[in-house]
Amino acid sequence: MKFVKTALASSVAFGLCALPAFAQDCPIKVGVLHSLSGTMAISETTLKDTMLMLVDKQNEKGGLLGCELEAVVVDPASDWPLFAEKARELLSVEEVDVIFGAWTSVSRKSVLPVIEELNGLMFYPVQYEGEESSKNVFYTGAAPNQQAIPATDYFLEELGVEKFALLGTDYVYPRTTNNILESYLKEKGIAEEDIFVNYTPFGHSDWSKIVSDVVALGADGKKVGVISTINGDANIGFYKELAAAGVSADDIPVVAFSVGEEELSGLDTTNLVGHLAAWNYFQSADTDVNAEFIEEWKAFAGEERVTNDPMEAHVIGFNMYVKAVEAAGTTDVDAVRDAMYGIEVPNLTGGTATMLPNHHLTKPVLIGEIQEDGQFDIISQTEEVPGDAWTDYLPESAVLTSDWKELGCGMYNTETDSCVQIQSNY
Amino acid sequence: MWRILAALTAFLLLATSPEAQETPVQDLLAQNRDLISESSRRTIGPAIDAIAESGLPEAQVVLQKWQNREMWLRESDGMFFWAEEIDRDTLRIFDFDTGDDLGEVPDDDFDQIKPNSGIRALIGAALVRFQLTDPNPARRRDALQAIERDAEAAHLEPLRASIPDEPDPAIRAKKERLERLLTISFDAYEAARLEAIGDVSGDISLDVRGTLNPLLQTRRKVVEGEIPGTDNVARQLTPGSDALPRAEAYAMLVDADMAPARVSDADLMNALTANIDGALVGGVPVAQLNTIEARERAYRALMAEDIVPPFVSEEEIDTALSTHTFYDSYLERSTAVTDAAEDAMTAITRNVGASQAIDLTLDALSLASIFFLAAIGLAITFGVMGVINMAHGEFIMMGAYTGYVVQQVIPNYTVSILVALPLAFAVTFAAGVAMERLVIRWLYDRPLETLLATFGISIALQQIAKNIFGTQARPLTSPEWLDGALVINDVIGISYIRIAIFVLALIFLCIFLFIMKKTRLGLETRAVTQNPRMAASMGINPDKVNMLTFGLGSGIAGIAGVAIGLFAKVTSELGQDYIVQSFMTVVVGGVGNIWGTLAGATMIGFFQKGVEWLNPSNTLAAQTYMIVFIIIFIQFRPRGIIALKGRAAGD
Amino acid sequence: MRQSFFARNPSVVIFLCCLAAFTLVVSLLSEGAGTGFISTSFIKTLGKTLCLCLIAVAMDLVWGYTGILSLGHFAFFGLGGYMIGMWLMYERTRDIVVSSMANAQIPPTEQEVVDAIGTQIFGVVGSSEFPLVWAFADSLVLQLAMVVLIPGLLALVFGWLAFRSRVTGVYLSILTQAMTLALSLYLFQNDSGLRGNNGLSGLQNLPGVEASQAVVSIWFLWASAVALGLGYMLAAWVVSGKFGSVIRGIRDDEARVRFLGYSVEGYKLFIFVLSAIIAGIAGALYYPQAGIINPAEVAPIASIYLAVWVAIGGRGRLYGAVIGAAFVSLVSTWFTGGQVPSLDIGFYRIDWVEWWQVILGLSFVIVTLFAPKGIGGLFDLITDRVRPDRHGADYGPDKGSFQEAEGRE
Repeated sequence: MKFVKTALASSVAFGLCALPAFAQDCPIKVGVLHSLSGTMAISETTLKDTMLMLVDKQNEKGGLLGCELEAVVVDPASDWPLFAEKARELLSVEEVDVIFGAWTSVSRKSVLPVIEELNGLMFYPVQYEGEESSKNVFYTGAAPNQQAIPATDYFLEELGVEKFALLGTDYVYPRTTNNILESYLKEKGIAEEDIFVNYTPFGHSDWSKIVSDVVALGADGKKVGVISTINGDANIGFYKELAAAGVSADDIPVVAFSVGEEELSGLDTTNLVGHLAAWNYFQSADTDVNAEFIEEWKAFAGEERVTNDPMEAHVIGFNMYVKAVEAAGTTDVDAVRDAMYGIEVPNLTGGTATMLPNHHLTKPVLIGEIQEDGQFDIISQTEEVPGDAWTDYLPESAVLTSDWKELGCGMYNTETDSCVQIQSNY
Repeated sequence: MWRILAALTAFLLLATSPEAQETPVQDLLAQNRDLISESSRRTIGPAIDAIAESGLPEAQVVLQKWQNREMWLRESDGMFFWAEEIDRDTLRIFDFDTGDDLGEVPDDDFDQIKPNSGIRALIGAALVRFQLTDPNPARRRDALQAIERDAEAAHLEPLRASIPDEPDPAIRAKKERLERLLTISFDAYEAARLEAIGDVSGDISLDVRGTLNPLLQTRRKVVEGEIPGTDNVARQLTPGSDALPRAEAYAMLVDADMAPARVSDADLMNALTANIDGALVGGVPVAQLNTIEARERAYRALMAEDIVPPFVSEEEIDTALSTHTFYDSYLERSTAVTDAAEDAMTAITRNVGASQAIDLTLDALSLASIFFLAAIGLAITFGVMGVINMAHGEFIMMGAYTGYVVQQVIPNYTVSILVALPLAFAVTFAAGVAMERLVIRWLYDRPLETLLATFGISIALQQIAKNIFGTQARPLTSPEWLDGALVINDVIGISYIRIAIFVLALIFLCIFLFIMKKTRLGLETRAVTQNPRMAASMGINPDKVNMLTFGLGSGIAGIAGVAIGLFAKVTSELGQDYIVQSFMTVVVGGVGNIWGTLAGATMIGFFQKGVEWLNPSNTLAAQTYMIVFIIIFIQFRPRGIIALKGRAAGD
Repeated sequence: MRQSFFARNPSVVIFLCCLAAFTLVVSLLSEGAGTGFISTSFIKTLGKTLCLCLIAVAMDLVWGYTGILSLGHFAFFGLGGYMIGMWLMYERTRDIVVSSMANAQIPPTEQEVVDAIGTQIFGVVGSSEFPLVWAFADSLVLQLAMVVLIPGLLALVFGWLAFRSRVTGVYLSILTQAMTLALSLYLFQNDSGLRGNNGLSGLQNLPGVEASQAVVSIWFLWASAVALGLGYMLAAWVVSGKFGSVIRGIRDDEARVRFLGYSVEGYKLFIFVLSAIIAGIAGALYYPQAGIINPAEVAPIASIYLAVWVAIGGRGRLYGAVIGAAFVSLVSTWFTGGQVPSLDIGFYRIDWVEWWQVILGLSFVIVTLFAPKGIGGLFDLITDRVRPDRHGADYGPDKGSFQEAEGRE
């Protein structure tokens, strides 16, 4: 028994712990921390493929600092504690120089303590709820002021919506976003009783009651608009019910923050034409860089694959990292971080993304109408908006700011002129 | 590069274009070019008005083309055209003034004007006057829809004028109805408005409510002394009541500059911080300011020195509140109109309440039928055979994927559904039989182990589905005749797909009853269930019966899968979402009795909808309470709603 | 007495020796000890595996020995984790808040400190009030007591209701599954006051501890090993005496034991509550190593896996449960880690990340069908254990289960 036990333990131990790498510069290791199995695999596998493509492309160009790039892919299996474990493995066993990864907020929060403890560097590519700025994470997705607020403005000003239904899946991103929006709408003079909020579980499928509730909101003669932070699969049932109820985009427009090209491929979009989505990138963006990117992607991953917003975020993040490493002349995390501030790379929609000292990007806000072919018709595109880590529309956050370059602090209280915390409180 | 090319094309086009002639439309558009190309609802108004009121015969066409996104702007010279897209890169352009076909051109130099839906609604409203009498009925309907969305006082006269000449009875009825609503909102004469309000009393349509409710909008006001006679008072409010808490009332006074502001905690802190004198504030050491009392003490000290504004005492607040009158005042001036609207709304609210109850019942029935359909297969395998099949959910999933695959092969949705239903049955029947033969047969005596083994099969099947179809949800689209909803009124409505599921559930209930009561298989199944040895000695082959029964249960799960896929989504986790609910349904209803399953599904469906109704903003709570309810329910009726009695109960 | 207990149960001694040796060797090879042959992340994995072994022992008590197939034990495990997590989060946030407020010109009141902690903890889910369940979060002692009390209480209430109304067999399994599903749905709600889907995170950072994670991971490894050792001894002691005979009797034929005059419900309830408490303790040790706890952890699937571990390890013997949990969870980690090279079989490339679940699922079917004794059965070959002659009596826990004669085939 003893023998079996030790043999078991040691074999697994040796299997898992590759011998610790000696400090060396080549190859430069790029950790990819995206779920390849479990519920999030649906979204994250695409990002893993994107990273592999970007690494390949960079190697064809001759690598970086004279080194080959090597992608180290691990699978955290949509299991949040596993994200922390795998991040630790990437940083301490594989000794990667940078990590590209995570999708859900909770997975990011799970990785944060590890990455701050071991002073790693991570690029996080998905739109999120803000209220965070870690020294070791660069947020290449949209902060609320780069997606939610402009989309709400569009509703208020362009569509003349006077009554809002904020529908979301019950987790942190919708909760925080809706909180910010509620407070923003009140500031804009929308009365509390004109804001209807509803949360549903992940994968919810029984939408009839909620859709009829939304339709009933129109009873007082005000124009109703839906802001949807419904996540993933649940959208399919929601849009099907919406279409069945005969709700046209002209009567009750829906703007979604989590529905992209990828999600629409699971739907017949004929009945959804005209509903909206707000992102920082759409596949239909009509620029040369985008056309080139789409072509490369299809050649790499398959003709039927679509591109989406988080992919663009990874492209920007990766290009920025490459530039920063070249500028710093090393992959040392602190040097690269200092080099990151102010770095500019072209985004795929024709503008420039700049890395701000609060670790967020400048991004244009695009609003697209769903078309019959499952693509989006871009009907509004703003100038680049600088990402704001701490929202201005919640009283506790309005006094906070993040500036890693000058203040060296991600949560700085401007009222008391003091740094609340340097390490994140996850 | 393409710019040069575009410029060249434009030049060629210009060179070949006809001699300058009268182009009033083009000129008008050119004047508003900036507004049109900015394309923002806030600023577009003057441009639309200019075209609509230009008096040009082409105005209607221009607006319609614009609304339909068929207007294009040539970048090189700023000329507007309407165009048809020939393919991705080619346009056939037409001149607005003459309607001439200007031929096919590459679209590089052209910008499509894309009015958003807000602008389209404005254009629609401007088009109303042209379209109300348009010979094309579709256009007239568009006009009416535009009025519904965006009614203006200016619409009333043209609408009234168009009614007598309206040939189409349906459109005429709609026009008359809209005329009533516009009269309520916009007519100058009180008597006409009152009459119109009387006409719509009790009508629960959204547009009626949408017309009446704005009349009843109020604004909260406060005055010193009596209420001015000019105000149409809705109700007077007493400070300190539920409708107007004391603090809120005082805040109103402060906002209206009728009373001094209270010192808030933040003010207090700021005042203290501003007056730190060495290590003391108002004589109190700073280090001791970590209690509310100490802070107030320090503040009072500062107050005594007149450095900071004084606290407002409770008595002062009371006096201020008692000398002022708080009330809600209607925005609408006419008392007669608001009274009539109030009466009409009372009647409407009552009707709406009744309709909502009916709608909720329909929703609950629909949910119950979905649960029932998902559970009916389980009612056979678990209820009749006593076999726990954790892979039941995966059979549902297999059915849904079968539907998806069939749709890939047969593009016609109606045909594909008709093919998919029997095929899904066949596929899952086969899978069920295979599973029964290979695994379950060996475990009939060990139900707990059946549970584990079938669970193993369940995770394997789920992963295999992921490997084959990917984790992405797959579309399973219902045929067109199942699109839309049966709308009884603006409150009661249910989608056809849900009705279809309901009917399907009924059909399966009948089929099940038929098989169990009227066929040889049913008889044998019941015999084997009650006493396998006795049945065997009567010449029944229990192996075969078990196999067929299990196949039947699995097959029905497959059909349920197609139905569920149609109204929700097709993913590899589809089955997992239903498995626990299905078990609950069977257990709550009572094992071994199809009526029990029906009762269980109905109860769970109604309970869940009921909780959702009580707590509309949190659907998750409904599911949690439902399960807790079931756990407690089982305590009182451990054998379910309809328990088998006597020997059939097993023990 | 103590002496004779070990003498009667040599397997306990062997197990404890193995556990001690394992812990020592791993500690010496760790980064924390300076040798660094085993990475900190793997130490954490091993520490967590020990906790899983502990809950597997608890599961074996209820299922293997008492015949109650509970599909809800991860509810207790998760509750234990939540209880300790609340204190960890509160104290850590308190440290941050107090040090940041120390810069303010006017010292904060107690209430302001608490409010600031609330804002920090609940800011992510859009609220700042402390819900009632956090009432004791500032006290380590009370929260530690709740690690034991809350799972115990839930098990007591649930068990009492269920056993009282004689819910048995598969019904009970489904009810326990419903219980853990209800708990996870409840925790998923933000209104439950435990941060909804986000759960409690950053638990690996112990408040007031400066030591690096490399060292902390060793502490937890030891703590988990000690807990497993004690839990194993407790479980072995419980099942060894007359009490053990009674619960095995309940497993084999509940009605007969009841007719013999034993209070079957009392025995079942005791075992159920005891195992829930052990599960709670295992959870409280597991989640500070995992770093984050959220409602997905108590989803029904986790508890089903627990049953699988015990089944594969071999139920009805404690070391079987431990081996099952350790083996399956470690192998799972290995296969899903993406480090296993893909297998090329000519026409198709088997990617283990994709196919591991299929293998696991099928191995499950195979174990149930062909090796009901699981891996533990292998030890019978070594020790040449003689099967007790049951004279054709029931072999397993359920009515009509394998008879002795069939089992021998």
